Amino acid sequence: MNNATSIWVYLSTTPLLHLTLTLAAFAVGNSIYERMGRNPIFNPVLIAVVILVAMLIFTNTSYQDYFEGAQFVHFLLGPATVCLALPLYRQFEKVRGSALAIFASIITGSLTASASAVGIAWALSASQETIMSIAPKSVTAPVAMGISEQLGGLPSLTAAMVIVTGIIGATLGPLVLNVLGIKDWAARGLAMGTASHGIGTARALQVNEVAGAFSGLAMGLNALATALLLPLIFSLIF
Amino acid sequence: MLNHLTLIFACQLAGEALTRAFETPLPGPVIGMVLLFIYCAIRKGVPDDLASVGDNLLKNLSLLFVPAGVGVMVYGALFAREAVAIVAALIGSTVITVGVTGLLMQRLNKTPVLMDDTK
Repeated sequence: MNNATSIWVYLSTTPLLHLTLTLAAFAVGNSIYERMGRNPIFNPVLIAVVILVAMLIFTNTSYQDYFEGAQFVHFLLGPATVCLALPLYRQFEKVRGSALAIFASIITGSLTASASAVGIAWALSASQETIMSIAPKSVTAPVAMGISEQLGGLPSLTAAMVIVTGIIGATLGPLVLNVLGIKDWAARGLAMGTASHGIGTARALQVNEVAGAFSGLAMGLNALATALLLPLIFSLIF
Repeated sequence: MLNHLTLIFACQLAGEALTRAFETPLPGPVIGMVLLFIYCAIRKGVPDDLASVGDNLLKNLSLLFVPAGVGVMVYGALFAREAVAIVAALIGSTVITVGVTGLLMQRLNKTPVLMDDTK
């Protein structure tokens, strides 16, 4: 019979191990989230990430090895983004009725996200590279990385900032909306999608379909608005 | 079910091709979202099979961000270098953006869907 170490050595090289661990960590995160009455602070993504990072550090596994298995989950992000068309289509009457308000809010939100991130980072004397990398942080990852490169940031650092922003938005966003007394699902969804792209949208969808539809729309339109406006504004200022 | 899964993948694939062909700043899946929307508009509805595939995928949307989330560990050192500035900027800016966007939309939206109205 093989000893435990050799079994581990074998398993740790198959994609199945890290695929299973990813699903299991998320299941743990989700059950904590449910048990806490779906309080956004107990975000299942955040819990799963903390569990997995701790596990990878403990077992001395590289992210690259982990991703061999996790890529199958990661791959589905694209098709899932395509499917955001479904809630959008079902709620489209509401979207059409508020088209002007949506455009004004998203463009304002796009500018607010970049200006406030750059402003705070600059005030705390962050390096030029960090400031350029943080500017597109509310935009969905592939677009944000492209913008970051155009501005002279570090695209990989931007990708990490985008993910952290998404988790912050999903955890703190609903609390901010509650404190401000925002009771319109359309406004709540739009705010979540503009500030925290897909991760905010995932949270919005879980709570209400109208919010999910507006959030998915905001994610797409904010990506477009920021990609068009930000490089233009930066070329005028710097 | 298989047909509709194929349709979803095909929308993404076409989206990837279109965004490269026309050099748009949008990622392929977002163009794919527009294409699937057009499909539903032409069909004048969401076919039940498509809904069952798509809604199940969306129900687990959070899970799909976990691998990318774990990836943040790779940039731990870069984050740590300017941890205070980065964390403060991310938290501050996200809170401000949620607030500003939400307040503006609530003020401008003439057809709100109020929280109490939907169960």
